[in-house]
Amino acid sequence: MSAPSGNLRRRRAFAWLGTMLALACAAIAAGALLVILGYVVVQGVGAVNWAFLTQLPHPVGIEGGGVGNGILGTIIIIGLATIMAVPLGLLTGIYLALFGRGPIPEALRFLSDVLSGVPSIAIGLFAYAVLVAPLKHFSAFSASFAFMMLMLPLLVRTSEQAIRSVPQTVREGALALGMSNYRATVHIVLPTARPAIITALLLAIARVTGETAPLLFTAFGSQFWEKNPNNPMAVLALQVFTYAISPYPNWQAQAWAGAFLLILAVLVLSLGARWMLRNAMRGLET
Amino acid sequence: MRSFVRWLTTAAVAVAMTLPAAAATQLTGAGSSFDYPFFSKAFYIYNEKNPNVTINYQSIGSGGGIQQFTAKNVDFGATDVPMNAEELARAAQPVLQVPVALGGAAIAYNLPGVTQAIKLTRQAIADIYLGKVLKWNDPEIAKLNKGVSLPDTSIIVVHRSDGSGTSYIFTDFLSHVSPEWKSKVGTGKSVQWPAPSSVGAKGNEGVAGQIRSTPGAIGYVELAYVIENHMSAATLQNRAGNWVACSADNVAAAAATKPAVNATNFSIVDALGAKSYPISGYSWVVLYKKPADSSRAKILYDVFAWLVGPQGQSYAKSIDYVPLPVNVQNAASATLRQMQR
Amino acid sequence: MTPSTGSDGAFRRVARFVSPVDRGFAAIVYGGSFLFALLIVGLFVELVLGSWPSIVAFGPSFIWKSSWDPITSKFGALPMIYGTVVTSFIGIALAGFVGIMAAVFLADFAPRWLAAPLSFLIELLAAVPSVVYGLWGLFVLSPFVRTAIGPLLQKVLGWTPLFSGPIYGVGLLTAGIILALMIVPTVTAISRDVIAAIPRDLREASMALGSTKWEMATRVVLPAAKVGIFGACILALGRALGETIAVTMVIGNRPEISASLFAPSYTLASVIANEFTEATTSIYISALIELGLILFVVSVIVNALARLMIWSVRGST
Repeated sequence: MSAPSGNLRRRRAFAWLGTMLALACAAIAAGALLVILGYVVVQGVGAVNWAFLTQLPHPVGIEGGGVGNGILGTIIIIGLATIMAVPLGLLTGIYLALFGRGPIPEALRFLSDVLSGVPSIAIGLFAYAVLVAPLKHFSAFSASFAFMMLMLPLLVRTSEQAIRSVPQTVREGALALGMSNYRATVHIVLPTARPAIITALLLAIARVTGETAPLLFTAFGSQFWEKNPNNPMAVLALQVFTYAISPYPNWQAQAWAGAFLLILAVLVLSLGARWMLRNAMRGLET
Repeated sequence: MRSFVRWLTTAAVAVAMTLPAAAATQLTGAGSSFDYPFFSKAFYIYNEKNPNVTINYQSIGSGGGIQQFTAKNVDFGATDVPMNAEELARAAQPVLQVPVALGGAAIAYNLPGVTQAIKLTRQAIADIYLGKVLKWNDPEIAKLNKGVSLPDTSIIVVHRSDGSGTSYIFTDFLSHVSPEWKSKVGTGKSVQWPAPSSVGAKGNEGVAGQIRSTPGAIGYVELAYVIENHMSAATLQNRAGNWVACSADNVAAAAATKPAVNATNFSIVDALGAKSYPISGYSWVVLYKKPADSSRAKILYDVFAWLVGPQGQSYAKSIDYVPLPVNVQNAASATLRQMQR
Repeated sequence: MTPSTGSDGAFRRVARFVSPVDRGFAAIVYGGSFLFALLIVGLFVELVLGSWPSIVAFGPSFIWKSSWDPITSKFGALPMIYGTVVTSFIGIALAGFVGIMAAVFLADFAPRWLAAPLSFLIELLAAVPSVVYGLWGLFVLSPFVRTAIGPLLQKVLGWTPLFSGPIYGVGLLTAGIILALMIVPTVTAISRDVIAAIPRDLREASMALGSTKWEMATRVVLPAAKVGIFGACILALGRALGETIAVTMVIGNRPEISASLFAPSYTLASVIANEFTEATTSIYISALIELGLILFVVSVIVNALARLMIWSVRGST
């Protein structure tokens, strides 16, 4: 074979350059995550200690303090949101899976897609209009309502797909045994679909853990312990925001520490979801 | 896995149960960031003395305070400028306006390498905010600061992006000293800032943070924030022609020139007097004369009677605010007593 | 066991809902779905109702008026629209290029042992909370732009109005970079899937004709996937348009239009976040809700467009 012509050499060089460019872009994208993660860990981990996790915020000028109430508030608000979102999402998913075609199910799917694209600040406005303004007080419940709306599209879509992917024979077998549709769906089909739904739930929770925009005019924040969802409540993401834009170095350090906690929570939830998915896949392969 | 989750849930519930029960009453308030350091300390102390009462105050700017108070989403609002006739009409119910704090807005700046305090006349500040003076080494500033090597950098003007009582006090001051400002921009909680290189920040906290992180920046910040964050503040020339720094004493001197202060006659900017600091102002709490919830009315009264009295005001000095002059304290207490509880 | 779903993709209705238990169950299912639909429709209705006074007062001129003055109650959204468009454009320009290149690498060039962890890392970028991006942007990226990137750009491109003027650190450019980081996982993941779905025959035909791998990837596969990739970019753009907290922390909060990318600005979402709790007059609140409505409508349109494009290449998601 003759030596490669000049044209081929040029094309090969170009190809090599292009490949390096593509590699560099992938490295930049992946590297960016590591850089951000790195900063958060380095800046934040030093300030995370037992006091930080369990104490109330201290007023300006008094060193120390923590985000204990924010952590509790986050758990309460997300818990309430989950209690509301899971039944609603499951029921809608069941409806879509059972009555797949037709204008109404298509309309529901369209609405779900619409909701998944709505900016969270607009959802916060809705929660304010419906639960804060008429009741004349801020509340953790209104924040849960906003979070519920953010979690719904993922839950609806995943429940529908998970239920659909349960083999038809399983459902037919249950019905053949004389079960009502209700029992067949709830006691046989849903449990089979459960891993996928729990995965979706974990991912939905991961998503709302870091949401701050809707909290600005729903949960309002608080410097104290609060268990009553009818009252304003501290939320970790909101505290990070408030501390970050403050000028006090003590608060800024706590912002990094709070960010570290948030990323940790999101990572654990995301990885947990992946692990569940892998387990479920393994289960299905048997 | 399932049993682990169950164990985790039980543990979480157990921990939650052992947490201190939420206080018997929680009052909510919102508004001025001018007061926020003072309030956060004072309410913390009040809660230590009265564990059954917590006061949840969120610093969202005076405009926000008035709005949330009018919407009855909070028990009290805090604002650096009393509600005007239009705002009072919107509240549709009798409102008590009580002065609770006295402070000054310092002109903070960030000039790395410049260690001496910058001197600025009142006109110079107006010109900077009007956008007529664009660089730090402009002759107008240079002639006031002979011997200081000013850099050739742009002046980045920082202002409030939220509806701010501190902005009101500052623009009130600018309107007093510059007819051009008065006609072009005016006084208000939110104005259209004319300077070309300007940046908005949220709250006194945000302005302080922005100045600290931007070389060449200048902005108006409540004194407590400046001291707390070791920022540089300019020395101003007051109406009497003297150079005064922003300090508690100089603010108190300005307040002393107007002993009788009420919600319609409250401005103490550009005061006469040898030591008066020109950008001083009171900060107010707005309360309903007849709060909707009468059980909270008594608690509200107790908290604020404590706050405007000598005990509450004693914490002001420790956090770089100026305690209310005695006659103002008395006037405040008298106004408070009108509350139906 | 392969799932069998019947010809219409749904469960065939094997039995009818006859028994009372089944009827009750059906009622609950219908009820839940109805409530779901009601919530979303209610969201739209509330936004329209809330913005109605502002729509009536300002009409279509709301979109092209540029003064945002709460004191005189004159509201025009143009500066916010400008800020939103410019930051999102910078975001998608940067993320589009980096994301598509990364997707090409992951789909066609990376060896298996590298592709999986790299994809994983990039997808994890999507999981980082918005407020953490804002925090990092405020304390790390802003100073970096102010001290390094900004002066460099100004030295090279300072003659254009785009890179003139003082460099604050916060501003359109910084916000655009943060947005790019936030949406690059969307672009990369969807593009990678779309590219991988292009049939092997096309690739093999190209290689058989003597193209280099790079030529195959860029001149044959990419054009074939371009509709789907475009859809991925539009979807990412939709996310960027609505992003609130991270942008609010680095945008500079100034409702003004300036040519320089270093200048502070304002976006539709940021102004709502900053000013909603203190909007004192009802027309002010209404104007802010109208901004929310504009955001809602734009996001819906952009998302629908994107899904149409992606669906046409990839098949139903």
